[in-house]
Amino acid sequence: MSGKIDKTAPPHAGSTAYINARIIDPTGNTEYLGAILISDGKIADFGPNLFASGAPYGIQSVDCQGLYLAPGVVDTRVHTGEPGEEHKETLESAGTAAAVGGITSMVLLPDTEPPFDDASLIEFVARRARQVKLANMYAYGALTVGLEGKELAEIGLLTEAGAVAFTDADHAVGNAQVMRRALYYAKTFDALIVHLPQEPTLSGGTMTSGEMATRLGLSGSPPLAEVMMVERDIRLAEMTGGRLHLTKISTAESVEAIAAAKARGLRITCDTAAPYFALNDLAVGDYRTFGKLVPPLRAEKDRMAVVEGLKNGTIDAIVSDHRPQDQDSKRVPFAQAEPGGIGLETLLPISLELVHAGHLTLPRLFQLLSSKPAALFGLPGGKLAKGAPADLVLFDADYAWKIDRDDLWSKTKNSPFDERPVQGRVMATIVGGRTIYRDDSFGAVTAAA
Amino acid sequence: MGVPRLPHLLGIEGLSPETISGLLDLSETYIDQNRSVAKRRDMLAGRTIINLFFENSTRTRTSFEVAAKRLGADVINMDVATSSVRKGETLLDTAMTLNAMRPDAIVVRHHESGAVNLLAQKVNCAVINAGDGQHEHPTQALLDAVTIRRRRGSLEGLLVAICGDIMHSRVARSNIHLLQIMGARVRVVGPPTLMPTDVDKMGVEVHYSMKTGLKDVDIVMMLRLQTERMQGSFVPSISEYFHFFGLDRVKLQYAKPDALIMHPGPMNRGVEIDSEVADDLDRSVIHEQVEMGVTVRMACLDALIGGNRNQFGAET
Repeated sequence: MSGKIDKTAPPHAGSTAYINARIIDPTGNTEYLGAILISDGKIADFGPNLFASGAPYGIQSVDCQGLYLAPGVVDTRVHTGEPGEEHKETLESAGTAAAVGGITSMVLLPDTEPPFDDASLIEFVARRARQVKLANMYAYGALTVGLEGKELAEIGLLTEAGAVAFTDADHAVGNAQVMRRALYYAKTFDALIVHLPQEPTLSGGTMTSGEMATRLGLSGSPPLAEVMMVERDIRLAEMTGGRLHLTKISTAESVEAIAAAKARGLRITCDTAAPYFALNDLAVGDYRTFGKLVPPLRAEKDRMAVVEGLKNGTIDAIVSDHRPQDQDSKRVPFAQAEPGGIGLETLLPISLELVHAGHLTLPRLFQLLSSKPAALFGLPGGKLAKGAPADLVLFDADYAWKIDRDDLWSKTKNSPFDERPVQGRVMATIVGGRTIYRDDSFGAVTAAA
Repeated sequence: MGVPRLPHLLGIEGLSPETISGLLDLSETYIDQNRSVAKRRDMLAGRTIINLFFENSTRTRTSFEVAAKRLGADVINMDVATSSVRKGETLLDTAMTLNAMRPDAIVVRHHESGAVNLLAQKVNCAVINAGDGQHEHPTQALLDAVTIRRRRGSLEGLLVAICGDIMHSRVARSNIHLLQIMGARVRVVGPPTLMPTDVDKMGVEVHYSMKTGLKDVDIVMMLRLQTERMQGSFVPSISEYFHFFGLDRVKLQYAKPDALIMHPGPMNRGVEIDSEVADDLDRSVIHEQVEMGVTVRMACLDALIGGNRNQFGAET
């Protein structure tokens, strides 16, 4: 994609009016032609009638040319390689990819080297984010020491240092006693625990069990490994009253189990990642290692159930699950390949498929991408509200293009969506009123009147 | 007779019945040559074939080597156990290195499913899959087919039972594809822990008992219990396995009276097959399978790099 990243934009000062925009308001569940007024980096006003007769004299204005303007995407599941594997992704390269993808806030997973199981690492991320000056960056704290699932990490001290939630990233906590204590203990700080539900003794395979795995001769992880852990976690959350968020839901049975738990009034939430509603296990045919993910891509019936879960509200949020892997990690036989796919730049266009296919409205989609994850993680962005940070994404929902891994800004190119035709392209990304990314096709239309 | 032309031989899945028949026909033309005193021809003279075996195999590697030499090719055996692969070189670096030596064909065995497909994408010579993980072993299925066809005339309409460790077997997968492409019906027989998930969706009948599984079959294919691949406990013990799934006189009676016994080798006597039936010259065609292995590999080399045409090989 050709566009321009601008790290040097100064802090926003004064007032800027974004006029003639199709505004998407997820919390209000509406969209309309209108304007947003930004003052000193915050949203000062917005609405269909604002500046209906033109921006007032003395205010800088941006003509959005009828494009969509929405709260920036809040991606709560991002792996980078900093610290430890900077050759795969740094906070700066991830911040750049996020800006290009319309992501204004991201929460970084703790599975770095060393992992974020110490308060100093959380402070390191905050300091680096201030230097990088792109998307807002937040960090998870490790749930257990070394992400080993044995001893609790310092949840209280990590919370004080700024950790917004706790997880062992792509490691499931197999020991029910450890999980029970984590949920109990985290209540002290009302901390959110994010868990990838996969029963470890059943999920050692390299792709999902079934006919495709059998044909390819690859070991399988059954969908059952997920719902078993979902059901265990539901019981533990119910018993402890802890705040539990299940991540990367990928099977029909899991969606069903979570819907039932929610119907019983339990305080459980969940997300899925873009690959699980956009791809199925056919994507690993011919041993395509870019399609090797955790959990593995599932059967078509599971993919359809995930779409249904997004439609009916069982699933609360969509994440990119961005996980960079270099060539050495992927250009090997399938079983030896590292799992994971990049997703920051493709999250919005892939998610827009749900709108183009008629499954979701745009305000509903931005609830899943922005307002709900922000609310769940207690982040300030993700919504249109007076006084909220001016974190916005301007996009053309119909712009057709083809994902080409070589055009992506991420350091590594392992996109499971390589060569996929998509519709929808980010024209500008605004963080705290600063325009940190602008597509070349969206001209410099800023005019000081 | 039309000799099939292939860029590579990576698996049976996706081959047409015509291609398979062509390869089988071609294989049979080499039987007399192999049985004569002067076994060597020069049709592959000047061609270089590399046997690249990441997994130990005496039988298959020897068979490929004999086949290549009988067609006059130069053969190099890469002993990976002592090569730079052990020093950390990746599969693709090894492939590129060998490719730069301009071989006409590379014969590859690897312990990971899909490794041979990956390698074939990166070289510009013909690649033959000599067995990849639990995926495919196409020349084994072809040699089984030649053996059956010589005894039964055709594969069409035959009922074949493949018995034992289906889950870990590339031989089973290649045979399931080939036999069904050629019009045979296939049963798989073994304990549920050794059945791959959804194997019935490949079109086979699944049986957990030798009694029902062998009933009225024309061919009994036994598989080796691949103890080295078993990461956990798939069966309680060897003796229990043999009791229920080992082929002996009693279980053989469930099959048709003239049913043939096959085994890809090497056999574990007393584990999946009893010596009495394995050595029964009236029923067991195990040695004929080995003989046909050479002819089939000659045919495959011929189809890939023989003649004047070499679509994707070093000449282009």
